[in-house]
Amino acid sequence: MIRLEKRPQPSRAWSMATPLVAVLATMLFGGLLFAALGKPPVEAIRTIFWEPLFGEFSFYYRPQLLVKGAPLVLIAIGLSLGFRAGIWNIGAEGQYIMGAICGAGAGLAFYPAESFFIFPLMVVAGALGGWAWAMIPAVLKTRFGTNEILVSLMLVYVAEQFLASVSLGLLKNPEGFGFPGSRNLQSWDSAHNAELITGSGMHWGVVAALIAVIFAYVLLNRHMTGYHIRLTGEAPRAAKFAGVNPTRLVLFCLGTSGALAGLAGLFEVSGPSGQITIDFNVGYGFTAIIVAFLGRLHPVGILLAGGLMALTYIGGDIAQSNLQLPAAAIQVFQGMLLFFLLAFDLLTNFRIAVGKPVQA
Amino acid sequence: MDLSAINPVLLIASLMVAATPLLLAAIGELVVEKSGVLNLGVEGMMIVGAIAGFATAVESGSPLLGFIAAAIAGAALSILFAILTQFAQANQVASGLSLTLFGLGLSALMGQSYVGIKPPQMGDIHIPVLSDLPVVGPILFGHDIILYFGIALTAAVWWVLKYSRIGLVLRAVGENHDAAHALGYKVIKIRLLAIMFGGACAGLGGAYISLIRVPQWTEGMTAGIGWIALALVVFASWKPWRALLGAYLFGGVTVVQLNLQAAGVAIPVEYLAMSPYLITILVLVILSADKSSAPASLGRNFHASR
Repeated sequence: MIRLEKRPQPSRAWSMATPLVAVLATMLFGGLLFAALGKPPVEAIRTIFWEPLFGEFSFYYRPQLLVKGAPLVLIAIGLSLGFRAGIWNIGAEGQYIMGAICGAGAGLAFYPAESFFIFPLMVVAGALGGWAWAMIPAVLKTRFGTNEILVSLMLVYVAEQFLASVSLGLLKNPEGFGFPGSRNLQSWDSAHNAELITGSGMHWGVVAALIAVIFAYVLLNRHMTGYHIRLTGEAPRAAKFAGVNPTRLVLFCLGTSGALAGLAGLFEVSGPSGQITIDFNVGYGFTAIIVAFLGRLHPVGILLAGGLMALTYIGGDIAQSNLQLPAAAIQVFQGMLLFFLLAFDLLTNFRIAVGKPVQA
Repeated sequence: MDLSAINPVLLIASLMVAATPLLLAAIGELVVEKSGVLNLGVEGMMIVGAIAGFATAVESGSPLLGFIAAAIAGAALSILFAILTQFAQANQVASGLSLTLFGLGLSALMGQSYVGIKPPQMGDIHIPVLSDLPVVGPILFGHDIILYFGIALTAAVWWVLKYSRIGLVLRAVGENHDAAHALGYKVIKIRLLAIMFGGACAGLGGAYISLIRVPQWTEGMTAGIGWIALALVVFASWKPWRALLGAYLFGGVTVVQLNLQAAGVAIPVEYLAMSPYLITILVLVILSADKSSAPASLGRNFHASR
């Protein structure tokens, strides 16, 4: 008889190994899925994971890794703080959009002035926009006990409608011949989040993501607030006795994740995407949830997971043009990854035992 | 702006149509939550149900077969969630989210060749005399069969939860799974069945959107209805009849909002389109003070250690 025995302590080895096992299982089942779609499975997997890094055109794709990875890491770091404490912000997509709108709006108010201060101002406004949007579920949760999962998610749809409204109205480019969308920030030096080293893909968002990783690592390991976050997640009752203030924790976790998501949105809209359009957002806010879990809610893990997820985005694009693999297949692939991760996590907390239980 | 173009009878009739997918999904999730499981994958199961039902209806020419396929697809997807949470002991919030993310991708993949196709029509029932009555006729007796099924299902769930032995056991499992286990009830098995029921209902709700309400297939067409259904369960404080009331309320907001858009009210379209989500938040705030009726074991995993 096969049964599960709870481990006295979660296994560290399995905790590290599950993401790798999950990636392998996803490759296997993803391959089967691609085969079912009539695409060569090995070729498709190779295109997704190998081509961007070491393929013929890798000089072009490697910088893209930073461009796509940075927002994912930035958002996931914020989310992981809350997830650790059992505070579920799943509306990062909305905070990302609002950050981009506020940041771009603050910058465009000064158009066409050229000044050194415009970009820093936009960064602050972007972070504030995301922070404010995340404060709505935070305040409602602390004040009225409203479920933050549902509120933060509802606000994504509200933010999407707001984005449509501003790109057709308030922020519409007056010289845009009636097309929806704002002025292109890439062609305005003061607001352009340009590459710091040409051809490297390294822009301010990447720098911010790295700072966020270090900040989160120090916070969780060396700081009282980080200790409170971990305590609340692992032993809520003990946290209560230790005098952890739940209200402050909710405001801090949701606020930080909102601000980071807002920053990610601003860096995206002033850099790679360039302008506010109805659909400039591509779901980084949701994919970042997968990144946070895949990285085991650990800052360094998230950095690696963000890179891997960026790889599937880029590899997915290549597979789309080379093998006509549908874009949705990559989405399924990413969803599958989270599935396998959660499933194999069983082995972190439980042992598979064979035979009859030993009587104590 | 021409508000007089809005016909109140048609408004109420279309309100009932708009409310049905919400009602179906919410009733399913209500049963799941009554058993102590929080499945946040409703949106994912709905959208997979929407495309499975749509594709089956188009291929077979029968909308009814489409609905059956949608229920099966929703239940099948929910089994994935059940494996994760009931057998692999995974966190229910994370598992539900993964189900939604996976479902959105899967539905987009399945639906590629169905964009822009018209599905076969599901005829409204027509009862002689009754359906032809003014006002009452179109509101009460002029709908499709699934709409009545939704109302009947609400009544059935209410009765089963309140008066039957199965309902009592289900509620016991949801309130205190350790006690239920000690009494010899199979907690995991009961929860598995509840999760599958919830999945089937969400699938039906999704198919109602793609086959009757819209009716066509577009990617991501459920647009948060699954999440509103989750909010609705809280709104209903886990009581079936209040879920019906809530569904009609939200259906009403959606329909009025659409009618105002069509009538050309001075409020921009985007702000009107926000209103169902904003009202959901508002309702959640008002009702979240009362948590007393939530099942006590909600969201907690069960593992029999002995």
